[in-house]
Amino acid sequence: MKRNKEIIFGLYGDEQDLLAAVKSAKDRNLEIYDVYSPFPVHGLDPLLGLRESRLHIAGFLYGLTGALIAFLGMSWVFTRDWPIIFGGKPYWSVPAFVPIVFEVTVLLSAIGMTITFFVVSGMGFGVSNETLHDSITDDKFCLAFDKAEADEATVRQVLQESNAEQVHEKMIKA
Amino acid sequence: MIAPVSKIREPLVYGHKTYHQITEDLVAPTEKAPSLSWMLVFIPALVLLVFGVFSIYWTIYVGIGTWNLNKTINWGWDITNFVWWIGIGHAGTLISAILLLFRQKWRTGVNRAAEAMTIFAVMCAGLFPLIHMGRIWDAFYIMPYLNTRGPVWPNFNSPLLWDVFAISTYLIVSLLFWYTGLVPDLATIRDRSAGLRKKIYDFFSLGWTGAAKHWQRWEYLSLILAGLATPLVLSVHTIVSFDFATSVIPGWHTTIFPPYFVAGAVFSGFAMVQTLMLISRKVLNFEQYITLNHIESMNKVILTTGSIVGVAYLTELFISWYSGYIYEQFAFFNRALGPYWWAYFGMMFANVVSPQFFWSGKIRRSVGWTFFLSILINIGMWFERFVIIVSTLARDFLPSSWSFYSPSWVEIGIYLGTFGLFFTMFLLFTRVAPVIAIAEVKHILKTSGDQYVGKDAEIQH
Repeated sequence: MKRNKEIIFGLYGDEQDLLAAVKSAKDRNLEIYDVYSPFPVHGLDPLLGLRESRLHIAGFLYGLTGALIAFLGMSWVFTRDWPIIFGGKPYWSVPAFVPIVFEVTVLLSAIGMTITFFVVSGMGFGVSNETLHDSITDDKFCLAFDKAEADEATVRQVLQESNAEQVHEKMIKA
Repeated sequence: MIAPVSKIREPLVYGHKTYHQITEDLVAPTEKAPSLSWMLVFIPALVLLVFGVFSIYWTIYVGIGTWNLNKTINWGWDITNFVWWIGIGHAGTLISAILLLFRQKWRTGVNRAAEAMTIFAVMCAGLFPLIHMGRIWDAFYIMPYLNTRGPVWPNFNSPLLWDVFAISTYLIVSLLFWYTGLVPDLATIRDRSAGLRKKIYDFFSLGWTGAAKHWQRWEYLSLILAGLATPLVLSVHTIVSFDFATSVIPGWHTTIFPPYFVAGAVFSGFAMVQTLMLISRKVLNFEQYITLNHIESMNKVILTTGSIVGVAYLTELFISWYSGYIYEQFAFFNRALGPYWWAYFGMMFANVVSPQFFWSGKIRRSVGWTFFLSILINIGMWFERFVIIVSTLARDFLPSSWSFYSPSWVEIGIYLGTFGLFFTMFLLFTRVAPVIAIAEVKHILKTSGDQYVGKDAEIQH
């Protein structure tokens, strides 16, 4: 269900402070809305309990599709649709298919995975997702809570205790 | 959670940078009016590009007869330039993909520019086979699709068609890899700008927010694309070498070609990265991000791959003698002492002798030497392709068909035009997007900044 979200968030100047803050929020069983950072912070995923990405499974499936299309396609052309003898070799000369099968596997896997990544992350050309603060893509690490899911007083306490440099609120429209 | 770093490791980011300072420094070239030095390079590049476009127009309008190719020497500057440009592209993928898999932190200073270079170089390369077809308007015949011509299919057993697949895959995968890496940095520019500029960057940054889950997926995607791009880049030049190696021409029909072409590609590509980076770091004030340590690391790669190329040349010579096969022996005798002897010795000197200077640490860390040798290597690697293609074809099976070839102004014009295209694209790129990966440099700051590691380290952790 879509609803307007009232977000309260703290900004930190260092990833270590952010990690400590996330830890203390978890200790108090606060529901974290999201964490934003200017670069990937290692050690954050297990703290937030993020599941491992399944992008590689998707990549494998796209690759497999590519391999099958290339291999079966060439086999069909050279044995059924228009068989031609090249240099006295058999119609179905499988070793010669290897380079193209490989290239199409890589091509489909890469295209498929990249598109999947952007689609499942809600991104794309012309998509404009509201950001909480302009400095998040610069030098600030942001820990955000949804007021509807986390108790505001505890949130403020956590943010203060963990030395958040700034605390702001922002409404994100549904 | 910072991995322990050895104190004696050389820093990769100088100047005690903060995260904010990194943003300021790296975004700066896109926010200022172009400098005089930028204009001084851009205008000649544009002139070359225009001349190249005219030469291509002339080729297509009058026909391929405007080139000096003949019945004996049917591949000349076109395929030489094609192989050369493809080789140039290889360093970008090597830096961004293979060094990512090897967790080499110095890649962050140069990967973005090198990837852009790959894309522009592959575009330049792709031009040559297309116009060499003669009837460029029929170029789409090479794509296998259900058609009303029979259907007539391309020959899937031909290395030339493998090339089509390899190079188009390479271009697309490089573009995806490069753009995915760019998205967070475009968002950085978006959040600093206002008005129309903000709208444009908002469109191209695809709605990036920097959420933890997105970063996790982004890192996954980069890693898997790197895993795919690594065998891909090795396959591309392998397949380019198949154009020659699967033929029955003495001097081409050799099993050493694939590894030797790949090593040569990485060698020439790194030389081009050096040339470009040495200019960029000066013009764009990136000397604290592309440091002498980066330059030295790249010179080590040049030394290694250059030595592999040298060994390959000598192996090739030895095997042609050892084979006892007079036609093979003649092909190599002809390369060294035939009508194109100067190209052969130019290649030997520039590719085998010149990288050996990099055994000296002083030369590896000298900007002047590196620049000079990088240009020399670029010329040498061009000669290598010229030697393989032209000097081999010039002396074919019947002495009555032996011939000589030198390019026409149109062929020279197209080659110069690709330089124009390459530099125009690269210079425009430096104006619209960060040339150094902002997020990735921030990511390594705490393990590679000079306030954390090296002899001036102040902060302990």
